[in-house]
Amino acid sequence: MTSALQNHFTIVINGATVRLKDVSPTMTLLHYLRQSGRIGTKEGCGDGDCGACTVAIVAQGSDGKPHYQAMNSCLIPLGAVAGREIVTVEGVSRDRLHPVQTAMVTTGGSQCGYCTPGFVMSLFAAYYDRALNDACVEGNLCRCTGYLAIRRAAQEVVENQPDDSDDRFHQHLQTTSADLSEISYNGNDQWFYRPTRLQDVLTLMEQYPDATLIAGGTDLGLEISYHRQHCEVMISLEAVTELKTLENTLEFVEIGAAVPLIHVEETLRGVFPSLDEMLHWFAARQIRTRATIGGNIGTASPIGDLPPVLLSLDAELKLAHSMGDRTIPLSDFFKGYRQTDLQPGEVIVSVKIPKSASTRRLSQAYKIGKRGTDDISIVAAAFVIDLDEDDRILHARLAYGGVAAIPIRAIAVEQMLIGKFWNHETIQHVKPALKQAFTPLTDLRGSADYRSLLVANLFEKFFVEFGEAPIQALEVTA
Amino acid sequence: MSVGKRKSHESAEAHVSGTAIYTDDQRLPSGMLSLFPVLAPHAKARITKIDVSAAYEVEGVVTVLTADDVPGENNTGVIVHDEILLATDEVSYWGQAVIWVAGETEEAARLGAEKVIVTYETLDPILSIKDAIVAQSFHHSPQVVRRGDPQTALQSADFCLDGEVEMNGQDHFYLETQTSWVIPDGEGHYQVYSSTQHPTETQIIVARVLGIASNQVVVTCLRMGGGFGGKESQANPFASVAAIAAHKTGRPARVKLRRHHDMILTGKRHGYLGQYHVGFTADGLITALDVDLYADGGWSLDLSPPVLLRAMLHVDNTYYIPHLEVRGRIAKLNRVSNTAFRGFGGPQGMVVIEDILDRVARTLNLPPDVVRERNFYHGTGETNTTHYGQELYDNRLARIWHEAKALRSSSPSGVVANFAERQVAIAQFNQANLHKKRGIAITPVKFGISFNKTQYNQAGALILVYADGSIQLNHGGTEMGQGLHTKMLQVAAQTLGVSLDRFRIMPTSTDKVPNTSATAASSGSDLNGQAVKNACETIQSRLATVAVRMMTLDTPEDLVFANDWIYCRSYPQNRVLFADVVKQAYSDRISLSATGYYRTPNIYWDETTGKGRPFYYFAYGVAVSEVEVDGFTGTFKLRQVDIVHDAGASLNPLIDQGQIEGGFVQGMGWLTMEELVWDTQGRLRTDAPSTYKIPTIGEVPEHFQVHLLERAAQDGVIYGSKAIGEPPFMLAISVREAIRAAIAAFGQPSHVPLTSPATPEVILWAIEQVRAESFSLNTPTDLDVLVPSK
Ligand SMILES: Cc1cc2nc3c(=O)[nH]c(=O)nc-3n(C[C@H](O)[C@H](O)[C@H](O)COP(=O)(O)OP(=O)(O)OC[C@H]3O[C@@H](n4cnc5c(N)ncnc54)[C@H](O)[C@@H]3O)c2cc1C
Ligand code: FES
Ligand code: FES
Repeated sequence: MTSALQNHFTIVINGATVRLKDVSPTMTLLHYLRQSGRIGTKEGCGDGDCGACTVAIVAQGSDGKPHYQAMNSCLIPLGAVAGREIVTVEGVSRDRLHPVQTAMVTTGGSQCGYCTPGFVMSLFAAYYDRALNDACVEGNLCRCTGYLAIRRAAQEVVENQPDDSDDRFHQHLQTTSADLSEISYNGNDQWFYRPTRLQDVLTLMEQYPDATLIAGGTDLGLEISYHRQHCEVMISLEAVTELKTLENTLEFVEIGAAVPLIHVEETLRGVFPSLDEMLHWFAARQIRTRATIGGNIGTASPIGDLPPVLLSLDAELKLAHSMGDRTIPLSDFFKGYRQTDLQPGEVIVSVKIPKSASTRRLSQAYKIGKRGTDDISIVAAAFVIDLDEDDRILHARLAYGGVAAIPIRAIAVEQMLIGKFWNHETIQHVKPALKQAFTPLTDLRGSADYRSLLVANLFEKFFVEFGEAPIQALEVTA
Repeated sequence: MSVGKRKSHESAEAHVSGTAIYTDDQRLPSGMLSLFPVLAPHAKARITKIDVSAAYEVEGVVTVLTADDVPGENNTGVIVHDEILLATDEVSYWGQAVIWVAGETEEAARLGAEKVIVTYETLDPILSIKDAIVAQSFHHSPQVVRRGDPQTALQSADFCLDGEVEMNGQDHFYLETQTSWVIPDGEGHYQVYSSTQHPTETQIIVARVLGIASNQVVVTCLRMGGGFGGKESQANPFASVAAIAAHKTGRPARVKLRRHHDMILTGKRHGYLGQYHVGFTADGLITALDVDLYADGGWSLDLSPPVLLRAMLHVDNTYYIPHLEVRGRIAKLNRVSNTAFRGFGGPQGMVVIEDILDRVARTLNLPPDVVRERNFYHGTGETNTTHYGQELYDNRLARIWHEAKALRSSSPSGVVANFAERQVAIAQFNQANLHKKRGIAITPVKFGISFNKTQYNQAGALILVYADGSIQLNHGGTEMGQGLHTKMLQVAAQTLGVSLDRFRIMPTSTDKVPNTSATAASSGSDLNGQAVKNACETIQSRLATVAVRMMTLDTPEDLVFANDWIYCRSYPQNRVLFADVVKQAYSDRISLSATGYYRTPNIYWDETTGKGRPFYYFAYGVAVSEVEVDGFTGTFKLRQVDIVHDAGASLNPLIDQGQIEGGFVQGMGWLTMEELVWDTQGRLRTDAPSTYKIPTIGEVPEHFQVHLLERAAQDGVIYGSKAIGEPPFMLAISVREAIRAAIAAFGQPSHVPLTSPATPEVILWAIEQVRAESFSLNTPTDLDVLVPSK
């Protein structure tokens, strides 16, 4: 690292620079805001699930420009916002209400008002992206309004969106930068590093073998918010150049581990239909603006949603270590319940997905939860079928989440399918085997029997939806 | 006119700016302690030893509260005193707070709580209603309400069916968790700030726990971040714990529950089991019904008896059933003690009868909407009278039902169609689709308005007019988002003929209006509105005498108070400003403050006979919902909702529409996705929004239309309005019935049993069953195995 260890850092909150000295870098931003008297921002859960704590942060969009992004402040350790700009509900209006606030008032968008600051911030961020729609508030829970008045508020703003050339936030975005500087901080007997080079990450990991890596923090944030993990040393991957690249060539796509999912969604739309579909159902938009692909793999949850998709696409992982780099198939990465092949001191650098040469490829992903929007999967599935000209199956991938201790493929069934015709008989033929392919558990989300049935039914659903459909031409966008 | 306007919530601008202050947003008094609980790790266990010494070794821990620290009664039970606050010998549910640690910071209290050692000897818990029935573990005595002779009528019925309906509870999931601050004044008095729907009861319980008189305790509720019944009795233990800490240390103390603690510790909507025998004719007319309702009361009684009674009084919903007996019992379980929740038992009673109606219709192969309609209360006298002997009088059912059926609304597919046309379109869709089916259902709601317990139907207000013409308005109701304060301001402004900006609405406080009832039972604006009006009228008549003198008129008759002026109707040119009259009144030594009071007339209830006129009137509504169900996964999509609801002459259509929409979506959550999961040891597995799913905007259809019934003024209620808080919740039963219709379309079943909530898993199993039955179409249907008794 080039920067010297400091005992302070700054944050810009509502335009004012705040200098923080000797604070715990793992104190959540929400906690800090409320403790410092900024009580407009509320805690509804501390879980990242309700959005009452939403603030806007200036961050780089997939177009490389600064944007306001809605963010759950309950999941964000202070260290992660060092040197960055935040807008809270207190900072949205100066002399008069912001258009999104006015609309919320006139449509009756607030009842008890406790969720309202969070909605206002989500709408505020979406306002400057010209993206006021349901998705921009899908991560905000409201127990009072039933959302209809809030939807009307968003529509009202869209219909009357004023010219914002003299809007101070709009102007600010034109001049500010969202570049992340290097941070080396020590305070409260904790260390927080934000290197910008992969080499520095590896050196730091050597220096601190017990350090915790943090990318978007949407998994780790839960541990911090609920004090389940005390992180003495944290290394943020958010600013590491090598982890932030996204390459889309004729042969493959390579996604840097620290690329936020929203960038993946926006940049790669149309390249892999199953990835598009899964990202649509992945968490809520404000989680996707923070969450990374490396974090989703690194956390090694059996119900992580991207691993099934990536397994079905034969993705590979690039790993880096101070002793040397390596590339492994994703299918070799998951070893057991929350156990991976990642060695101490090793970092996920990127995920590489090959593009198929097949001209008749069918692929889709499915996610089943108790609630359609923003829920954890009961079962997630991703399928790839390549056909020859006679509708015979050349290549099959059936990958699942939520059915075993790790994200997993139904390899025996994949083999059964090879050479068979892609028709109703084949599906009925493999369904019994699929139903018995795994021995899932019963938990609060669903029973083992339901999961087993879904394993088979989702594949049939895939067939019904894509069996007779015109074969898509493989999209080649480089 | 202030009343009847689409006025935004009085705090709306503060809400959107983040400046609306909730209990835990107040400026921290210096020396404030934070409290953190030690939770029981067993559903039922004897406490053998409590060792708190290690907690004191944690830096910042100030004190540890155990039962020995309670100066008064260690009990917060509301109807009966059966709710131990700090456990002594036994714990009765998993997660019960046994001990609270007070620290300089929440962090210190939390770390201290981790150090407390409690040893237990585990006992066998009762964890389900059915287990409680087997063990005969009940609270309270059995309740019965009866009309006619259902047993005999069942014997002679054309058709009979037996069945069972099970439904889950529901977490309130108010966005603001339970919060109470207690500030001692050093002279033995306590100022309590609490997020409570019932400040008076919180005052009574805090005083009881501290062993002091009520006048030593003031409870103030600024506003709540949602209540829904969950802060009616549930706020009391937390205010009490903070009060004990304040008493013991002499320092201000605060409880603010983290979300998982709130979900583990606080009571929820009661889960219910209904078991029935129903008799009916070949036309689908129900002739007799015999029902047992079992409520999951949890470990203590709390408000379960009135919740049960309301379920029993709503098991008829909108249907005339000549012979009906309903028996109710409250099962005693080793689970959290269940409590008030929007609808207060009404929804559970209605789910049972709507289940029965659908089954009767399918058994007879009749359309469910036809069977529902045939059974409506109608006419006058007996056929328009409930099983507890109350006649409906202004029965608006038929009118609303027909309006809802005739509504021509545009669907997601862009087609404009009424109910009948949509039914046809759906049948066609279902013909054409093997793996996806649509269902449409229309369901009615009739909901009784008033507290069942007659004595609660009273309210007070206090109005303070200052010499500059500004006004403070106090009333006994609390603001939890329902817009009560807004409506009260409208009522006051309307009555006094002044502009809204003259007013400041004050936080609800027991030193302003004493002996209030809970803000509950949808009665907030009915009761407090009349009390506010009464107070305003007192001020008005005093000002009238002053105004008359100022205008040199003879009598104060025919005076008009409007637009901040006072004038004589027959001679409006001669007028005086309201503010000038106030100033003059002060000079004339006329009192400028007044209390107001109201009691609901003509209601009574005889507990021994189960008869009376418990409700002042009924609120009505009808909803049409359409869903699409996926046959592979059991997932469903709510496509469209159309509602006609009777809000009387709405005091504020903007607010009432919000109550209808919000209530409906909350009801849909209860019936379709909000699943409370307890494991075999009685541990709540769904204690966070990551595991307990309330609806998001994604579950709410684009096509969602609310129509307020027109020309609907209700006699004898404040400005002709009607209560709105709870009734719309039950409109969501239409979603459950639409799902059932869609499931049925996978075959031709005579019965589609559904447990509640209808999660994708429940739906998929139901589809599988329907499919399995239709594979063997030649096997006898339910019709063949019916008990033909004639
Ligand atoms: C409300 C909410 C909803 C969610 N919904 C979903 C969902 O629908 N589907 C789903 O799959 N997940 C969901 N998640 C979980 C989470 O958002 C994802 O797993 C996300 O991809 C994690 O990425 P992150 O960058 O935030 O990870 P972080 O929290 O920063 O890190 C997660 C773990 O991965 C490690 N890690 C991160 N990057 C690397 C790297 N480059 N190399 C090695 N290790 C690394 C970290 O050390 C940590 O252990 C949800 C979370 C929340 C709070
Ligand atoms: S507090 Fe609920 S998402 Fe942050
Ligand atoms: S207004 Fe109460 S939670 Fe949204």
